[in-house]
Amino acid sequence: MGVGVAAVILLTALGEGAREYVSTQFANIGSNLLIVIPGKTETTGALPGMGGAPNDLTLDDVQAIQRRLRQVQRVAPIAMATATVSRGELSRQVAVIGTTSDFLEVRNLSLGRGQFLPVGDLQRGAPLAVIGEKVAEELFPGQNPLGQVVRIDAWRMRVIGVLAPRGTQVGVDIDDIVLIPVATAMRMFNRSSLFRVIMEVRAYADLDATTDAVTALLAERHGEEDVTILSQDSVVSTLEDILGTLTLVLAAIASISLSVAGIGIMNVMLVSVSERTSEVGLLKALGVSQPQIVAAFLAEATLLSLTGGLLGVAFGWAGVLVVVSIYPDLPAHPPGWAVGAALAVAMGVGMVFGVLPARRAARLDPIMALARR
Amino acid sequence: MIELEKVCRSFALGEARVHALVDVDEHIREGERVAIMGPSGSGKSTLLNILGCLDKPSSGIYKLDGREIGGLDEVELTDVRRHQIGFVFQFFHLVPRLTALENVELPMVFAGISPAERRERARQAMTRVDMNQRVGHRPDQLSGGERQRVAIARATVMGPRLLLADEPTGNLDSVSGRQVLDLLDGMNDRGLTLIVVTHDPAVARRADRGLVMTDGKIVRRLEKSDLAALAGITDAAGVSP
Repeated sequence: MGVGVAAVILLTALGEGAREYVSTQFANIGSNLLIVIPGKTETTGALPGMGGAPNDLTLDDVQAIQRRLRQVQRVAPIAMATATVSRGELSRQVAVIGTTSDFLEVRNLSLGRGQFLPVGDLQRGAPLAVIGEKVAEELFPGQNPLGQVVRIDAWRMRVIGVLAPRGTQVGVDIDDIVLIPVATAMRMFNRSSLFRVIMEVRAYADLDATTDAVTALLAERHGEEDVTILSQDSVVSTLEDILGTLTLVLAAIASISLSVAGIGIMNVMLVSVSERTSEVGLLKALGVSQPQIVAAFLAEATLLSLTGGLLGVAFGWAGVLVVVSIYPDLPAHPPGWAVGAALAVAMGVGMVFGVLPARRAARLDPIMALARR
Repeated sequence: MIELEKVCRSFALGEARVHALVDVDEHIREGERVAIMGPSGSGKSTLLNILGCLDKPSSGIYKLDGREIGGLDEVELTDVRRHQIGFVFQFFHLVPRLTALENVELPMVFAGISPAERRERARQAMTRVDMNQRVGHRPDQLSGGERQRVAIARATVMGPRLLLADEPTGNLDSVSGRQVLDLLDGMNDRGLTLIVVTHDPAVARRADRGLVMTDGKIVRRLEKSDLAALAGITDAAGVSP
């Protein structure tokens, strides 16, 4: 019984934790975001971003969006690759992201020291870099990285800022990245198309209209509709749906172990009835009525399952604490409904499976029961 | 007090019917001390169960204090057992997890008597069986005779008027057996009707009269003098205390 309840609590806690983890991760970035990905499933039959995009998503497109769509507050184009960043003998493989000054606000990040990428012409690729906290520690141990030069592949870049420590955001360790101007990145990685473009819309209500406007603008520029636009919201709600379902499935699996526990209680009760046949007979001889005997055995079953249930809650909670101490990022805590339902089911199962043995006890023939030693 | 009229009890044992009691007629007056004797399977225990309202006759009439028992439902039977009848068993049937005092309190727990009153009455009952020194002991810490005395305290704590004892000394040595019988006799002297099922002539000789059963029938009715003679024979043979 305890095991069943513990399983319910632990599994639902994990499910809920995962769901919450995802939503806080995305909540970090704000919900007014649209993401443009080159390529369209319907037009090419390939997955977005998997090649087959007939037209590049270029910096000119980004500029057009900036100029012509007033409702778009910020635009952060992204070109991304993994590169070796080195300083002298020290080197490190990190994700290098080419972007613009808007990236900081769009991704809801903050700067620790120095300056961020300069505001200004998209197309001008200055040899500047903003590095994550971890990169700074690894490449400049005990030193101030500001103003120093790092090599990214063969390119020399001057460090102008360090990001504030942030940890993981949507699967990317923000502390372990290097940001450079987008035009520099496209030249460095020899790309003609952006990886994607993130836009922040002024008002949440404009999200759908803006999606249409961006689609229309890019269709006009490319001669066909060849981009996929996702809203942050739709991604989050899809993920939440999936994880919510996962939680339910986990709870269902756990409840199977609860009902198995119920059968266990029935067995324990049956054994205890047969062990105590003579006591039951005695009680009858002493003038204890059948309903009283049923009530006594039911009370025992209920106590058994309640004890088991509470133990299970304790163990489940302990398990959750262990998980949280191992993965501090996962905000796993058992949802109240799961704890309540698990306890209620435990009690219910205990009582239901206690009735049968209790009735058997009450019907015992006192003569037979007392004849035995 | 007890009137039995053509009482029969039969059980279905597979296809066959076993007649445990056949046309038993008997009257037992208030305050009498009766021994029921007979070989195993003669129907002694069945008769005791019917007298104790644990079982009902298949046919015939059993009246306890003028009340027809066969017509009572389970709840009324429970009530009769609780207030009118006390049982003493060969194997004591004390609850091993409870102390002596708690065992004596047991019938009062289910009768809904307040804890304070329960404790008080249980102590008085323990005093009557001279066990007030050992109230806190568990059954396995008591000797056989002491256990039987606790069982008698439990059987009498609700103030029954009829005490049924099934081989009360069957598991005791002769000294503690005698103490238990003295105790039962003392209660009988104060007006409790006592019916004892026994094999032992030494137990039976203390009764006012005896009923000898064979094959579900009362085959002989013994007077006090017959019982004494019976016991004398076994005494002479040196098989009994």
